Amino acid sequence: MAKIGLRKLRHSYLTNPTVDADWAVKEIDIDWSDGGAYALLGPSGCGKTTLLNIISGLLTPSEGRILFDERDVTALAPVERNIAQVFQFPVIYDTMTVYDNLAFPLRNRGVDKARVDRRVREIATLLELDDMLSRRAAGLTADGKQKISMGRGLVRDDVNVMMFDEPLTVIDPHLKWKLRSKLKELHQRVRATMIYVTHDQTEALTFADQVVVMREGEVVQIGTPVELFERPAHTFVGHFIGSPGMNVLPCRIRDGGAFVDDCHVPLVEKLVSQDVAGQLELGVRPEFVRFVDDGVPAQVVRIADTGRHRVVETRAGGARVFVLCGDDEVIPEGATHLAFDPAHTGIYADSWLIGGGGPAQ
Amino acid sequence: MTLELKNVAKRVGTDTHIFATNLTLATKGFNILLGATNAGKTTLIKLMTGLERPTSGEIWFDGKNVTGVSAQRRNVSLVHQFFVNYPNMSVYENIASPLRVARIRGPEIERRVGETAELLRLTPMLRRRPSELSGGQQQRTALARAIVKDSALVLLDEPLANLDYKLREELRDELPRLFEDRGTIVVYATSEPSEALLLGGHTATLHEGRITQFGATAAAYRAPPDLATARVFSDPPINAAAVVKQGGEVALNADVRWPAVGAIANAPDGEYTVGVRPHFVAPAQQSESAVGLDGRVLVTELSGSESVAHFELGDQTWVAQSHGVQAYEIGEMHRFFVDVSRCLYFGADGALVTAAAA
Amino acid sequence: MNKTENQRAWFFVAPVLVLVAFNALIPLMTVVNYSVQETFGNNVFFWQGVGWFEQLLHSERFQAALGRQIVFTAIILAIEIPLGVAIALTMPRKGPWVSVCLVLMALPLLIPWNVVGAMWNIFALPEIGLLGRAINALGIDYNMTQQPLAAWFTTILMDVWHWTSLVVLLAYAGLISIPDAYYQAAEIDGARPWAVFRYIQLPKMKQVLTIAILLRFIDSFMIYTEPFVLTGGGPGNATTFLSIDLVKVALGQFDLGPAAAMSLIYFIMTLLASWVFYTVMTKNDAR
Repeated sequence: MAKIGLRKLRHSYLTNPTVDADWAVKEIDIDWSDGGAYALLGPSGCGKTTLLNIISGLLTPSEGRILFDERDVTALAPVERNIAQVFQFPVIYDTMTVYDNLAFPLRNRGVDKARVDRRVREIATLLELDDMLSRRAAGLTADGKQKISMGRGLVRDDVNVMMFDEPLTVIDPHLKWKLRSKLKELHQRVRATMIYVTHDQTEALTFADQVVVMREGEVVQIGTPVELFERPAHTFVGHFIGSPGMNVLPCRIRDGGAFVDDCHVPLVEKLVSQDVAGQLELGVRPEFVRFVDDGVPAQVVRIADTGRHRVVETRAGGARVFVLCGDDEVIPEGATHLAFDPAHTGIYADSWLIGGGGPAQ
Repeated sequence: MTLELKNVAKRVGTDTHIFATNLTLATKGFNILLGATNAGKTTLIKLMTGLERPTSGEIWFDGKNVTGVSAQRRNVSLVHQFFVNYPNMSVYENIASPLRVARIRGPEIERRVGETAELLRLTPMLRRRPSELSGGQQQRTALARAIVKDSALVLLDEPLANLDYKLREELRDELPRLFEDRGTIVVYATSEPSEALLLGGHTATLHEGRITQFGATAAAYRAPPDLATARVFSDPPINAAAVVKQGGEVALNADVRWPAVGAIANAPDGEYTVGVRPHFVAPAQQSESAVGLDGRVLVTELSGSESVAHFELGDQTWVAQSHGVQAYEIGEMHRFFVDVSRCLYFGADGALVTAAAA
Repeated sequence: MNKTENQRAWFFVAPVLVLVAFNALIPLMTVVNYSVQETFGNNVFFWQGVGWFEQLLHSERFQAALGRQIVFTAIILAIEIPLGVAIALTMPRKGPWVSVCLVLMALPLLIPWNVVGAMWNIFALPEIGLLGRAINALGIDYNMTQQPLAAWFTTILMDVWHWTSLVVLLAYAGLISIPDAYYQAAEIDGARPWAVFRYIQLPKMKQVLTIAILLRFIDSFMIYTEPFVLTGGGPGNATTFLSIDLVKVALGQFDLGPAAAMSLIYFIMTLLASWVFYTVMTKNDAR
């Protein structure tokens, strides 16, 4: 296993990138430590798969270097980097048995027979594939096939990093959580460096100790699941993580305080208005909005009962603001007022957090 | 206007895909078909469109028997899970295609395509080909084709399943608005309970080819008629465990017992199955009456704003769902609290114990 | 309601049924009719039973033609299938050269059979043909109108030239349908090119190759025009394959009965062999 460093990494699929939008990945610097579980999270087209392919060596970056344990591997082919990868659609060798599939990477590397057998059986037990070893791999269900793909990476003990590219896409919704937790468990058992690419927040937050949120080829925030939820560094993170996502309202800063619709919104820290430039917005998650008698004026538009809580859609300060209410709370009708929990209210300038927000870690 | 299934059944060879079903769907709100893969959702949708014919029973639409009428002759639209558009036509032509088939004339086409595109925020993309659009835009185009026709019946078969979850959230929000006040019967198939709840309307739960419950979505969620239905309509899965009722108490095992409150209070003593939805199992004590369960944490999942813990309790696995990001240690013993006033009880036959029946 | 729809369905299928009847069944029945009777012309027929079939199966001439046919088909399959796959593997998967390669490959398939025969006839003539002169210039005595071996060599070369493209195109279609992820996974698993071919490309090409083998088998087993134009079945009977022999019997000697019997045996053999091929090759698909 290895720690991984990305140094000033940039990539474009064009030969002569000129404008910003030509870059699929814009200057990225990341350090990942040995044995950690990481996730790259973002919507489709954010560059996360490009980044993954650069790390695995399937793609050579236009600029920058990739380091495995401080060794520059930028010019090395995937096989020389000793990595393993699980793809979106299960890749299995149809004509082989499950056993032969798992043994394949070892046999290719000339590992002796007894050792191959021992490793394959070990990994099969880990993945609960024991009783299928002699079956033709082509006959397995999607989750079985995906386990084989993982197993082919796990049998090798010289793997530097294991990568997952949206591995649960083809898994039946009702089986997803099982495989999701299996992955987490696997990481805790083998303690390999693992990188997981997905657009699904549950998959990313469940799997990773640290999540890299990407948008339009850029890293917008790197943080633990708690940090991403409590203190989104960018309105996009607030929107993308959590459902419904963070409410964003236009606001103004005056005398060190925030104002929405000329109504003062208390914050935990004072802001100095001179420091603030750009378009100002206030961000607060639906979890931290309450109905009150006196506060930001709002209008209740719709109520969706989700069984365990109710999502109330309101209009306030020229934006849509969602409020999450418990089963027993009384929801006002028509005109009302909202209060935001100061500890969880952040101020954003041009979409980047400049003050307030959840407790700093 | 209604769509009525009268004793509709579908068998293929010796397999019964849909058992005799009676169902009446109206134009107000979405009609959701909720069930796991292979529960019969798609078969039911095909029967409603006329793509397949029932083995027995009749389908009535707007007061007319349409059982043998082919899909082409019924005024229906269908949107699939996969984005089905004509790849060689522009978005405009794609949306216009159902109108051209219906022999509607030029200016009228232009007006209706323009309106529909505006509604679905496709106006800037009208000249493009479907392949140049994102997944969400492609599915919007397919939806536009269904809407532009002004069909009396629109069927949506897991239309959001192949989209990123944020896009799914957006479209889920938009969809009910799109069909509001159109006088259209909308049928929406999904395998996700949370999706059904967010869409509202009415929900029919499907289990192994049978409709086990049909009613207003949130109300149906709160009162499942039996354990199988409660399982279909619960994500994460509902906790179910055998309990014994004796006197005024319910016992889970030798150590864990709680007062029999609610519907179970007046039920006769004996064996029951308790059903506890995961969000009524909390990681911390919320009320005095909550009962503690000491479980070993097996697995935890995070979904941004919610945490789910699977824990081991004797030989059972329980699930707890709570708000915020909870810090569980895998393998640790943790005390979870069950809100006993929210427990559902099912008799030996699986049926819900209700206050009335007791 | 149900009934009207069903009847309409029949209405749509009817033309096809009529076509099949005229196209296949009626001629086939005529052949069956001839094969069990003897005629001396003037539309006078005598019942013959299975006589023609017995006579034919014991005839050395038929056995020899069948033998030549089987050897020919086996040789061209053994050459064209691997060669076609090999060429398909070397073709580019994307870029401007794809269409160039495809057009080049399709060219031989666009030339009519008899033209191919005539082309190769001239091409192989020892005095004026480029191929003939070239081979002779190498010091090899080559004359396909006189040497059976040379005739076989030319016939096979011609068939390979004409039909390998078909195998190439089919194999290529199979190859480009393999998702990139498979190659990437193999690369990561450390698979050598041979292993990639053996465990990814070949299994994924299996279905199209089944079709290719079947088509090439049926076509080569019934080959007529090209060898007829090229060698006329000679020298002697060296390249007289089944269909050439059949025409000689039917039209050359006007023995309608034996010719009909031969056609039927021929037909059944082709059908049987195709069926065997198909079942053997698709046997493992189910699980």
